[in-house]
Amino acid sequence: MAMKRRTFARHMREGLKNIGRNGWMSFATISAVTMLLFVIGSFSVLMLNANSFISAIENEVEIRAFLELDTDSDEQQNVMQEIANASEVEEVRYLDREEGLDQFIDSLGSEGEVYESIRDENPFNDALVIQASDPELTENVAAEVNRLEEIETVEYGASILTQLFTVTNYVRIIGGVFILGMLFTTIFLISNTIKLTIISRRDEIQIMKLVGATNRFVRFPFFIEGLLIGIIGAITPIAILVTGYVYLYEFLSTQMPFITMLEPFPLVWQVSALLIGLSIIVGIWGSQMSVRKFLQV
Amino acid sequence: MRILSLSLIIWIFSMDVRFLIDMKRVRKSYPNRVQALNNINVHIGKEEFVYVVGPSGAGKTTFIKLIIRELKPSEGSIHVNGTNLGDLTEKEIPYLRRKIGVVFQDFKLFPKMSVYENIAFALEVIEAPANRIKERVMEVLDIVHLKDKARFYPSELSGGEMQRIAIARAIVNHPAILIADEPTGNLDPETAWSIMGILEEINNRGTTVVMATHNSHIVNNLRKRVIAIDDGRVVRDEWRGAYGYEA
Repeated sequence: MAMKRRTFARHMREGLKNIGRNGWMSFATISAVTMLLFVIGSFSVLMLNANSFISAIENEVEIRAFLELDTDSDEQQNVMQEIANASEVEEVRYLDREEGLDQFIDSLGSEGEVYESIRDENPFNDALVIQASDPELTENVAAEVNRLEEIETVEYGASILTQLFTVTNYVRIIGGVFILGMLFTTIFLISNTIKLTIISRRDEIQIMKLVGATNRFVRFPFFIEGLLIGIIGAITPIAILVTGYVYLYEFLSTQMPFITMLEPFPLVWQVSALLIGLSIIVGIWGSQMSVRKFLQV
Repeated sequence: MRILSLSLIIWIFSMDVRFLIDMKRVRKSYPNRVQALNNINVHIGKEEFVYVVGPSGAGKTTFIKLIIRELKPSEGSIHVNGTNLGDLTEKEIPYLRRKIGVVFQDFKLFPKMSVYENIAFALEVIEAPANRIKERVMEVLDIVHLKDKARFYPSELSGGEMQRIAIARAIVNHPAILIADEPTGNLDPETAWSIMGILEEINNRGTTVVMATHNSHIVNNLRKRVIAIDDGRVVRDEWRGAYGYEA
C-alpha cells in the first residue's frame, strides 16, 4: 500500500524531531560517528599517500644494460628497438658513457669530486636504461636482456629490489588489513551506539504498536533519524579533513618539497564521499536493525 | 419444523456480530506451562460496560492481551468486532488495534511528546489529514476536560490527568471497544472516580467498555456486569454484580 504524502512528510518531521527529543542520546551517537569517521578518514588519506609514494619508488626502479664496446651505432639502434618491442618493457632510453659518468659522479655528491680526475679514462660503456612495464617484472626483463649478444652486463640492484618489493607488499597488506579492521570497528561501534539509544526507546515502540501503528510506520522515522545522524556526524570530520589536507599539502609543498603528497583535489572529495556514504549506510542500518527487534508486540 | 427453525435462530444468534467480543473455549498457557486461562467462554455485546475482576495473577491481564492480540490463545477461538483473531496475520494486527482503544494502569504515554502529540499519534497512524487531526484532538481533549493541557508534557501532569490523556488517545479513532487494564490502579479514590465518570460517559456514547479492576469500591458502587476470573476460569458472570472479594 502506497504511503500518503502527508504521512511521508510526517515521518520526515518526526525523524527530525526525535533527534531533538532524544538530545543527549543523539549527541552521543553523532559524536561517536564524528570521532570514528575522523580516524578512518585520516587513515585512508594516509594510506592512499603511502601507496602512491611506494608506487613512485617502485617506478623508479630501472635496469641499466651496458652495451659491448665493439657495437656500432646501427647495432645499438637494432638492439634498442628489439628491447622496446618486448611487452614487458615500458620504456628504453639510450645513455651514452659521458652521461653515465656524470650521473655517477652526481650521485655521490661531494665525494664524487674525487672521480673528476678519471674523466679521461671513463670506465663506463654506453648503456640502455630500461623500465619494465611492471616494476615486479624487472628481474625477468634484466635476465632476458642480459642474454642478448650486444649486451655486456646488466645492473638493477637485484638484492635491494627483492627487499623493496617485500617491504612494499607488507605495507600494502598491513594497511589494507588495518583499514578493513577499522571499517568493521566503526560499523560495529556506531550501530552499537544507535542500538543503545533505541533500547531506551523500546517502550515507545511498544506503545506505537499497541496504538495500531504498522511496522513500517514505526520504522520510517527511525530510518530518517539514522540517515540524519549519519549526515550530521559526517560533516565535522569531512570539514576537518578537507581543510586539513589542503593546508598540509600547501605547507609541505613549500616547506618540504621533497615530500610529495597526492594532489588534494579530487582526493579529498573522494574520501569525503566515502565517509558520508559509510556514515549514512551505518546510520540507517544500525537504526533499522535495532528497531526490528522491538517490533514484536 | 418448529425445532428446525428454533435451532436455526440459535445458530444465527451464535454467529451474531452483535457480540463485539466473543471467546469460545479459550485456553492460554505460557511456555513455562503456567496455565493462565482455561476454558473461557465470554460474550460481550455492543454498548456494554463490563468489569473483569479477580485477584492478582488470576488471568485478567492475559484476558485483555488476548483481545488486543498481544497474545495468541493456545486453544479456542476469539472474535473481536467481527474479526476472527485466529485468521489474523501479523500485518493485519495494527488494523484490528485501531478499532480497539486501550488504556493501561501505567498510562503508556510517549514521555517525550506533548499531550497534543500523544493523541495526534493515533490519528497519524490512520493517515488522517492535518486539519482533521487538529479538530479531533481538541474534541477528545474536551471530552476528558483537559483542553488547556494540550501543550504540556506527561511529566508535567498528575496521574489522573495522564490517565485522562491516555483515555483521550484511546478513543480518538472512535473505537468500537475501549479496554482499560486497571485504569484506576495508580490513582487516589477521588481521581479514580473522575476517571470512572469519563469511562461511563464514553460508554453512554455507544462504546463498549471492558475494564479490568481491583477496585471493589468502584465495582460495588457503580454497578455493571461483572466477570470474575479466578485461577484462570470464569467463576461468575452476572449483571449488576458485586466485586465479591475482600479487597
